[in-house]
Amino acid sequence: MNIQFRESQEAASPLTTKTAIADCDIHPARATRTELYPYLAKRWQHHLEVYGVHAYQGMMEGPPYPKAQPNASRRDAYPPEGGPQGSSLSFMQQQLLDPNNVQLGVLNPLNTGQGIRNHELSAALCSAINDWQIDKWTSKDKRLKASIVVGNEDGLSAAAEIRERAGDKNFVQVLLLSRNVEPLGQRRYWPIYQAAEEAGLPVGVHAFGFGGNPITPSGWPSYYIEEMVGHSQCQQSALASLVLEGVFERFPKLKMVMIEAGFGWAPSLAWRLDKTWQRLRSEVPHVKRPPSEYIREQVWWTTQPMEDPERREDLFDVIKWIGWDRLLFATDYPHWDYDEPSRVLPAGVSEANREAFYLGNAKKLYGIS
Amino acid sequence: MARHVIAPVDEMPPGTRKFLEIDGRPIAVFNIKGEYFGLMNRCPHQGAALCEGPLIGLAQSKDPGEIEYTKLGEIIRCPWHGWEFDIRTGQSYCDPRRFRVKAYPAHVEPGASVVKGPYVAETIPVKVESDYVVVEL
Ligand code: FES
Repeated sequence: MNIQFRESQEAASPLTTKTAIADCDIHPARATRTELYPYLAKRWQHHLEVYGVHAYQGMMEGPPYPKAQPNASRRDAYPPEGGPQGSSLSFMQQQLLDPNNVQLGVLNPLNTGQGIRNHELSAALCSAINDWQIDKWTSKDKRLKASIVVGNEDGLSAAAEIRERAGDKNFVQVLLLSRNVEPLGQRRYWPIYQAAEEAGLPVGVHAFGFGGNPITPSGWPSYYIEEMVGHSQCQQSALASLVLEGVFERFPKLKMVMIEAGFGWAPSLAWRLDKTWQRLRSEVPHVKRPPSEYIREQVWWTTQPMEDPERREDLFDVIKWIGWDRLLFATDYPHWDYDEPSRVLPAGVSEANREAFYLGNAKKLYGIS
Repeated sequence: MARHVIAPVDEMPPGTRKFLEIDGRPIAVFNIKGEYFGLMNRCPHQGAALCEGPLIGLAQSKDPGEIEYTKLGEIIRCPWHGWEFDIRTGQSYCDPRRFRVKAYPAHVEPGASVVKGPYVAETIPVKVESDYVVVEL
């Protein structure tokens, strides 16, 4: 392959006149394989060297589908000092935060310790990732805020991690993934919701995760593109489970953020849930109100990937149902499906809605003044 | 239409590309197997520096199961979302009706004609005895 890059990246202009925005889905990466070791007990360092990490599904040496671009990332996002995309704070500042005037950046680390079969190792890795987020990112740039990564399959240790971090202003949400061993409403995950509600922290559910089940509801697909669109189906199952198992009823102050799975499907899922609930209500008597009510009251949505219909009115109709106060702008930096802030929203949006979309909703939800 | 001297030919062997700014426009010039092409280095989709992407071929299929791979090294794939453009024409293969990136003719001229012709040689000292890559815009 004849891939070439410029010798030096174009320097972003340090001064910007752009309006401040929030970016609610940024993926920080580790520069080296052992970067977490300082935050891991010797026992786990040794364990990793000898036994490695085992997820709930096989063939995990690489992801089940190669991701279109190296590290699923923008090809222009390699830091000049080396390392994978997203692994350098200074380059992230120069390429993303400064030129786009990002006032609040929410970090969602992937490839953490979630979905690992050894639950003690899972908890240790998640805790290490949380320390690392403070050390390497949030303590060095006040615009950045971290997500508490938890060992999702063990609700109790996950809740303990949340309680330990509660009140620490470096963190603004708890992070789960959409694919787990069981649908997210199941009892085993309730301690996570309870601890998050107590701490006043929203729970973000990011697309991906390796729960040992096929990555689409109809089995293993042939193509990566099917995995990409499958994220919305997966998120729909997770959301239906949260409503129908009674999570929102049981934890009425819980706030959930659906991250990186689109939102155009939300109204139709809610309509379908409402209609079916009217007929089958007695099966789930703990669901006391129409499902759409819980969804509209307790769920927020990040924008990347944003639906891009031919008629912008179609997009506006969907957003109107969801509420302009429910969308959180996100770029997904440094990943390849990155959304450029200045290019995602079509014309015809009022100043107040634009402000809410790009910044206001996020500041309110995450409690940033 | 101004013609700009980009580089002496021997500084741009096949397989290389050169990035420059002309009249405030970001341009990239490619040497592909001895042919030269100029493209606007800004993706019409969301504005990435398009020409930093890899050069690939064109995968097409008449029927499921039949794949033809042609134009090897002539399709540029955007470093952000992977949209594909034909480097010869700037045509998009993802949404050809709506998107095209501006293509600029580029070719080689002998030094003698460059020196006397209507060329703008911004930073390249031009000598009569060598050949130069020239782009028009
Ligand atoms: S910016 Fe080039 S494909 Fe999106």
